[in-house]
Amino acid sequence: MDFELNEDEQALQEGMRTFLAGRHPLNIARANEETGGAVDRFMWSALAEMGVFRMRVDGFGMTETVLAFEELGRALVNGPLVATHLAAGDNLGARDGKRIVGMVEATEPWTVIEHFDSLDDVIVFREHGFYIVDPAEMKVVRAERPLDALTPVARVISLPEGDLLGDGDYARERYRNGMVLTAAYQLGLCLATIDLARDYAMQREQFGKPIGSFQAVKHMLADMLTKAEVTRAAVYAAAVNIDCRGDVSCEDDAALLQKARVAKIMAGDSALFCGKTCIQVHGGMGFTWEVDAQRYWKRACVLDTHFGNSDHHAAAFAAAL
Amino acid sequence: MDLQFTEEENQFRHDLKSWLSDVIPTIPPEPHRDDWAGRRAWDTAWQRMLFDAGYAGVNWPKEYGGRGATPAEHLIFLEETERAHAPYVGQNFVGLLHAGPTLIAEATAEQKAFHLPAILKGEHIWCQGFSEPGAGSDLASLSTRAHRDGDDYVINGQKIWTSFGHTADYCEMLVRTDPDVPKHRGISWLIVPMGLPGMDVRPLRTMEGSTEFCEVFFDEVRVPVANRVGAENDGWRVTMVTLSFERGTAFISEMLQSMELARDLATLAKQVTRNGASAWDDAGLRRDIGRICAELEALWALTKRNVSQAQRTGLVGPGGNVFKLAYAELRQRLGDTAMHLLDRASLSIDEIGELPTHAHVHGRIHALSLGIAAGTSQVQRNIVAERILGMPKDR
Repeated sequence: MDFELNEDEQALQEGMRTFLAGRHPLNIARANEETGGAVDRFMWSALAEMGVFRMRVDGFGMTETVLAFEELGRALVNGPLVATHLAAGDNLGARDGKRIVGMVEATEPWTVIEHFDSLDDVIVFREHGFYIVDPAEMKVVRAERPLDALTPVARVISLPEGDLLGDGDYARERYRNGMVLTAAYQLGLCLATIDLARDYAMQREQFGKPIGSFQAVKHMLADMLTKAEVTRAAVYAAAVNIDCRGDVSCEDDAALLQKARVAKIMAGDSALFCGKTCIQVHGGMGFTWEVDAQRYWKRACVLDTHFGNSDHHAAAFAAAL
Repeated sequence: MDLQFTEEENQFRHDLKSWLSDVIPTIPPEPHRDDWAGRRAWDTAWQRMLFDAGYAGVNWPKEYGGRGATPAEHLIFLEETERAHAPYVGQNFVGLLHAGPTLIAEATAEQKAFHLPAILKGEHIWCQGFSEPGAGSDLASLSTRAHRDGDDYVINGQKIWTSFGHTADYCEMLVRTDPDVPKHRGISWLIVPMGLPGMDVRPLRTMEGSTEFCEVFFDEVRVPVANRVGAENDGWRVTMVTLSFERGTAFISEMLQSMELARDLATLAKQVTRNGASAWDDAGLRRDIGRICAELEALWALTKRNVSQAQRTGLVGPGGNVFKLAYAELRQRLGDTAMHLLDRASLSIDEIGELPTHAHVHGRIHALSLGIAAGTSQVQRNIVAERILGMPKDR
């Protein structure tokens, strides 16, 4: 047992981080807000070249993939990253970054789709199967002011049946992987808010010293880090168990789903907590549009609703006890 | 990253499980909680059984009589003993987890030869004389004084929160040997035999109603200078060895117990009737229990990360502080949730009806100590903020 990153994993993480710092600085994302938050196709191709969508087709496991998605979250990359990744097994265009694939969870009659105007395809999760739908055949009503300016949303009015890609089990496996990858992105959000809040607390002075020297502020940061580290353990554990490399008996699907739930519950709650606390550490500045704290919190709000929110999975976890 | 155990580790687990399944049925029932002599005998008998089977000091180095197990094997040991409901380390706690490891790191060959085997065999119980009425979170401000008189130190002062002070044979003790230097630099670490003339041990009743803790008063107590571990006035550094051990593994058994307790709560909720229906029909309660169980699973994963780090670096880093912070909060939430479920059945510490409520009521009280003992949650937050996030030390 060695539940720390090995050299290859560290290299992958650092590679992603360096690439995203160079290619996806937040000022570009901010400028994008003014144009309705459309997905940047140039960026999308670059992500595809880095292997974000095809990495599991290429033989990487969930273990490596969560590390990549953690970095995407840290960099606050926008767009239907998880949906496009999940579609890549069936969709060549998704794999190579030529098609942007969104998703609809059609288990509830009333639902909302994200990034509608940027989408080439839509994957649909239904109880009995995994489908692909042409967005041109959908009817939606766009929201004028999305909660997250980089996540445009629209209410789904009509959703055609689409083409069946796989049965219920096929859908459930992809859904579970979607939970874990979303949790990894949420973990990245937590880590970014910790950096942001720490840097601010060290530099902002009140009462003649950095506010980061006050215990009231330090303890907020410590709570953020605590939640992030527990989340990290849960996310990595879910991924490593799904991959189950080695000769020892693997967990069954029910146990893997519970582990994915643990990751999604922890990550959902932690990302919201860290986002909120980051705003609080920034004081008045945290409430401005200019400071990025609000962006992380808003993205955390968006992602908690993906693949079942933390309350949903807490209840589901209990039901399986 | 991998979570697979090696062939040797699986063999270790297999042998341990088979030994446990043989011996656990032979263990007599646990004595009454106030029968301290009986409890000492029970705890030390278990320690002796471990010793005879080669499992005493499982993580201690082989050259000092331990098994030399890797951190992963140590984790397996704690996991399997807990699963088998083997006796907890109990009164052997300080010897095995604090004093012993400190002696291994810092004591003379003579001190080691005398004390270490006795700890491993369950012959000597140790207690800890660190905290004082005026020195809690600010432990280094301790004022119990030891001045030299020939070949002896003469001790005056008072210690508090001394677990098992009334049953122990030895006390690992911090004393001030130089009051005229900065507080961290005037402390020494002593091995103090219990029951010396001038020592007065008074049980301290806690809110649990138990008297596991004691206050110990010292009035001109003479201890040979040869009982000092490490150099004079170097006791603070010696102590840090012990404290990092405590945060590393001390809570693993308890954590596994908590996972079982949380799952029991779901079973209990299915048996309790509330408003004419099963309490389990309450979606809010189910969600609370589900979240607690899930968070405990996450903490178990964090434990494996901490163990992996210990395996790589030989140290449990700040991951131990993170664990303790999260664990204390979660245990309190578990206790509160249990109380909402049990409602008026929670008003008795022992079972008042047909349901097994004791563990939950007692657990709720116990959980309040977790944010205080072994470094308060506030101190843990300072450590996390300062050592991991590099924030300033001023308060």
